Amino acid sequence: MAASVYDVIVVGAGSVGTPTAMSLAEKGLKVLCLDQFASPGQGSNKAAIGGLRATHSAPAKIKLCLDSIKIVSTWQEEHGVDIEWFQGGYVFVAYRPDEAKTLKALLVIQKKAGLDIEWYDKDALLKLVPGLNAAGLVGGTLSPKDGSASPMLTNSAFHKHAVELGVDFRFNERVVSIMRRKGAAVGVRTDKGGYATGCVVNAAGAWAKALAQSGGQDAPVHPDCHEAGITEPVARFLNPMLVDIRQELGSANYYFHQSAIGQVLFCISPEPPMIGTDRRETSAYLPMVARRMVGLMPKLTNLKVRRTWRGLYPNTPDGSPIVGRSKTLEGYINAVGMCGQGYMLGPGVGALAARLITNTLSTDDEDILRELRPDRKFADTEALK
Amino acid sequence: MSDFRIKEHPILSVHGEALVPFSWKGQGYKARQGETIASALFANGIRVFGHHHKDGSPQGIFCANGQCAQCSVIADGISVKSCMVPVTKAMAIEPLEGKAILIDVAGDPDFHDVETIDTECLILGGGPAGLAAAIELGKAGVNVILLDDKAALGGKLVLQTHKFFGSIEACHAGTRGMDIGKKLEAEVRGLPSVRIWSETTALAVFSDRKVGALRQGHYFLIRPQVMLVATGAREKSLVFKGNTLPGVYGAGAFQTLVNRDLVRPTQRLFIIGGGNVGLIGGYHALQAEIQVVGLCEALDECGGYKVHKDKLVRMGVPIYTRHSVLCANGREELESVTIAELDAAWKAVPGTGKTFKCDTLLVAVGLDPVDEFYKKAKEFGLPVLSAGDAEEIAEASAALFTGKIRGTEIARMLGRDVGEVPAEWLRTAEVLKARPGAIITEEIPGREDGVFPIFHCSQEIPCNPCTSICPKDAIKIEGDDILGLPTFVGAECIACEQCVAICPGLAVTLVDYRNKEEAGVVVSIPYEFSQAAIKEGDTVTVRDTLGQVLGQVPVLKVRSPKFADRALLVKVKAPADIAKRIAGIQVQAPWVAQSMEEQVQRVDDDDIVCRCERVTAGQVRKLVGEGIRDLNHLKALTRAGMGACGGKTCPALISRIFCEEGVPAQQITPFTQRPLIMEVPLGAFAGVATGTGPTRDAAPSSVGTLEGGV
Repeated sequence: MAASVYDVIVVGAGSVGTPTAMSLAEKGLKVLCLDQFASPGQGSNKAAIGGLRATHSAPAKIKLCLDSIKIVSTWQEEHGVDIEWFQGGYVFVAYRPDEAKTLKALLVIQKKAGLDIEWYDKDALLKLVPGLNAAGLVGGTLSPKDGSASPMLTNSAFHKHAVELGVDFRFNERVVSIMRRKGAAVGVRTDKGGYATGCVVNAAGAWAKALAQSGGQDAPVHPDCHEAGITEPVARFLNPMLVDIRQELGSANYYFHQSAIGQVLFCISPEPPMIGTDRRETSAYLPMVARRMVGLMPKLTNLKVRRTWRGLYPNTPDGSPIVGRSKTLEGYINAVGMCGQGYMLGPGVGALAARLITNTLSTDDEDILRELRPDRKFADTEALK
Repeated sequence: MSDFRIKEHPILSVHGEALVPFSWKGQGYKARQGETIASALFANGIRVFGHHHKDGSPQGIFCANGQCAQCSVIADGISVKSCMVPVTKAMAIEPLEGKAILIDVAGDPDFHDVETIDTECLILGGGPAGLAAAIELGKAGVNVILLDDKAALGGKLVLQTHKFFGSIEACHAGTRGMDIGKKLEAEVRGLPSVRIWSETTALAVFSDRKVGALRQGHYFLIRPQVMLVATGAREKSLVFKGNTLPGVYGAGAFQTLVNRDLVRPTQRLFIIGGGNVGLIGGYHALQAEIQVVGLCEALDECGGYKVHKDKLVRMGVPIYTRHSVLCANGREELESVTIAELDAAWKAVPGTGKTFKCDTLLVAVGLDPVDEFYKKAKEFGLPVLSAGDAEEIAEASAALFTGKIRGTEIARMLGRDVGEVPAEWLRTAEVLKARPGAIITEEIPGREDGVFPIFHCSQEIPCNPCTSICPKDAIKIEGDDILGLPTFVGAECIACEQCVAICPGLAVTLVDYRNKEEAGVVVSIPYEFSQAAIKEGDTVTVRDTLGQVLGQVPVLKVRSPKFADRALLVKVKAPADIAKRIAGIQVQAPWVAQSMEEQVQRVDDDDIVCRCERVTAGQVRKLVGEGIRDLNHLKALTRAGMGACGGKTCPALISRIFCEEGVPAQQITPFTQRPLIMEVPLGAFAGVATGTGPTRDAAPSSVGTLEGGV
C-alpha cells in the first residue's frame, strides 16, 4: 500500500501549505506536499490581492503576521528572488464617527502589542493619501510597516525553495482520506495512491473541513466567496493599502492598494456573504466595487480594470485561524481557517507549524497556539477580520 | 513627406480633407473628422507611440482592433487605446512613455445605476454572420439587440475591396465585400424588432446569465433569452526575433488603416503567411500603391485560394514558399526583414537567408475563433449558438450563410413559426465552408478562332458567379455544387465581357480572334488599379497564370463599364503564341522585390511570446524544461497572459513552445479565462462619465426597455 514514508505530509500547496512544507524541510524533515490542483497556489492563493498587515486585534494574528512580514520583506535579500514586496503601509479610513471610534479603540490594543500605528486627522491623512475624497472624511490610522507582495510570486518562490530543500510535491492529486490506526494518523489516501507518515498537516484552505472529516476530525471552516480585480499598471499614486470598513447595501468592507509594479488590486466583501465554493463571476460585482472605490478616490474613474476573479475565504466562527495539534488524533495538525488572510498568515503559520512538529516552540508560540487551539469556544469575534 | 493619406484609390472613395487640429509632442497636425488617433498619427508619418514600461521597447500599433493596448497614447492627459478613440479638436496627444500618470479629476463623481435590459436574442458582432442572422430573426419578428464594437457595421466586410466568391444567390458573389456589408446593413436597419448598437463592446458573460457591455463609455447589462456569438476571428501571432517592433503587425490592422481609414501606413511591405488574409492583404496594398516586396509561406503551397495567389504573383509580387521569417530588424522601427528556406524539420537552411528592405511586416499566419463568450455562456447555462468565424474559420461567404441558418434556428427556439431550416441551406453552408481543393493544371483550349473566355482558374473553390452572369448561359460547372471548375460550353460568345468583370479572382480573360489578321488577337483583361496608371497606347508587361512573364504588349483600349463595378477592362493586342496564356498585367516592377546585398542578422534576444508583459520564448522554454506544466503556474512566474490584451495573443504561442519541447497536450493545464475581454475604466462600471474617447451616450431612446415578446 504505502509507497514511501514521510516525516510529514502537508495537504494543500497554497498560501499555508507551501510555506509549511518549506519550513519543515528547513528543519531537515522529509516532507510530502499534496495538492488537488495542477501547481502551487491554484486554490485561493492566486485569488489573494497581496496585502500583508500585522495590524489585527488578536495578539496571535499580530505575532504571526509580524513573522510573515519579516519572511516576505527579506525574501529578495535572502534568496535573490523578487516577490514584489512593497512597504506602503495600511490605512483604515473613517468617514463616520462610528468607524473613527472603532479604529481608535483598536489603536490602544494594537499599540500595546507593539505595533507601529498612528491616528491621522483629516488634513494629515489627505497629505498622506492625496486624492482621497475629502468630503466627510474624519481621519484614519496608518501602520507604515505593513505592505504588499505578489501572492503568486511568493507562493512560487516558497515552492521553488521547498523543492530545493527536498520536499516532494505532487499535484493533480486529491487526498481522499486521512488513514488512522489506534488513534493516530498514519498516512493519507489519495485518488492516485497512498502515502505513510506519522504526521499530517491539514492546510487544505477552503477544502479543510472535508479533509478533517475524512480523518474523523472536525474543522469548523465554512468558505464564502469574495470578488477581486486588478487594473492596468500606472505610475505610483498610492502608497498604502486603503481599507474602508463601512457597510453599505450589498457590501461590507472593501480595500485596494497599488502593487510594487503599479497595478491596483481591489477586493470587496459582499453583504450578505456568498456562502459556498462557487467561484464563477457575477455581474453585480464590478458596479458595486467601482462605485465605492471611485467614491473614495475620484481619480480612479480613469483607471482601467483589466481582470476580475473570485476567491474563497475559509471562515471560522470567530474570525481567527485554527492552528495546533488535535487532542483526539495523534499526529494530526490543523493549519486551517485563515478567514481570507492565508496569504499574510501563511509564512508565519508555516514556521510555527514546523516548530510545533519539531518540538522547538517558544513561550510566545505557546501563547499563539493557546489562542488558536482547535478546541476553543469560538465565542469572540475578531474586530478586523 | 509628411502626408501618408491615400488620395486616389481604384475602388474606395477618397475621404475629405483633414481639418481637425491636434498636437503630438506639442507639434501641430491635422486629422480627419472622426478619425482614430492611431490613423491620424500614421497619416502624419508617426508610428512609434511610446515605450514599454518594463524594458523600454518601442510600441506601435498591433491589432488596431481595441483588443490589446500596445497602441496606447496619452490623450488630453488620459491613457487611451489610439486605435479606438477618435481625435477631437485641439486634442493634445503624447506618447505613453512607461506607465501612465493617473490625473486628478475635478468635482464629485456623479453615479448612475447600471441598467439591465431584457431581450429575446442578443447577437454579438455585426459582421456577415451577425447581420445575416439578424435579418432572419427580424423577419420573424424576434426582438434582437445586435452589438458591434465598431462605428460601421459589416465587420471585416467593410475592409474588403475585392469581389466575393461563392454564389450570387447564396452570398452575393461577385459583389465587393464592402458593398455586401452595406446591403446587409440596409436590410437589417429596415427591421423594426432589431436594435443595432454600434460602438458597443461586449465585455463579459456572467454566471447570472447577464452580458456586460460598454456603449460609448456607458456600461450596462443585457439579459437575453438566447445569445448568438458572431464575434468573428482574431489573428494568430508568430514568434521571431524583433516580432514586436513598430511596423510589425497583423493583416487586419493593415486593412483597417488602408481600406477603412485610407491611410498609407507603409511604403514597402513584406507579408508572412500565404493564406487568404495575407494574399488579399498584398492585393489591397498594391491597390493603395504600396510596394509589396514579397510574401513568405512556410508550407510548400499557399493555403489561400490559388486565384488570390496567382493574382498577386502576376502583378509582380514574388511568393517564397517553404520560407519563414528569421528576424525583423531595426531599433525603434522596422527597417528590414530576413527570411530563410525551411528544411523538412522546419529549421532554417543555412546559407539561404535573404534580407529585404521594408518598413512594414504583416503577420498573416491564420485565424482563431473568438469564442470566449460562447464558452462562458455554455458554462453558465445561457442558451447560445455561434456562427461565422466564431464557430469555424472559413470565408465570409460561409459566415453569411451560417448566420442565416443560426438566425432561423434561434427564431424556432423562441417559438416563431419559421419552419425547419431547409436541408438545401445546410448543404450550401457546407459547400461554402469547403477548403480549397487540389490544384489542377490549367487547360488552355485548342481553338484559335472567334471569341471565347478562358478560365485561369485551376483549383476547386466554392465559386460560380461566371456561370450565373453569362447571358448566353454558356458557362457551366460540372456536377450540382459550385465547387467545380467552369468551362465554356456554348459555341456562341457575344463578347459582352461580363464574365471577365465579375470573376472575384480576376481569372477570366476573353480572347478575340475575329480580326486576327489586321488587329492581332485581342485579349480583355480585368484590372483593379488606378485608372491613371494605364491608358490606350501604353505598353504593359503581361504574365501567365503562374506569374511567368510572357512579354510586352500594347494597350488598345481601357474602359470602365458599369457592370464591372469600378474595375477596368483592358484590351491588349497580343501575339497569337501568348494570347491565350495571358492572365494578367504586371503592376509592380521587378526591382521592388530585390533583396539587399547583405543579410541582416538580429542579435537581440527579443523573440517575444507575451507582448504585453515582454516575456520571451527563451524564458518560457527554460521553465518548460524545469517541469512547469500548468499555464497558470507559468503565468505566476512570468506574468505571461496577465497583460493588457487579456491573454488573447500568447496562449497559442506558448502551447507551440510546449509542443516543440515534446510535452504532450494532455499534460498541460490551460489558462483560466476571466473577465474582462478588454480593459475598461473603473468609472464606467460606477456609471460615471469616464472622460475618455466617445462621450457617454445618455440617449434613452436606444438604451431602453423592450416592449413585449420577452
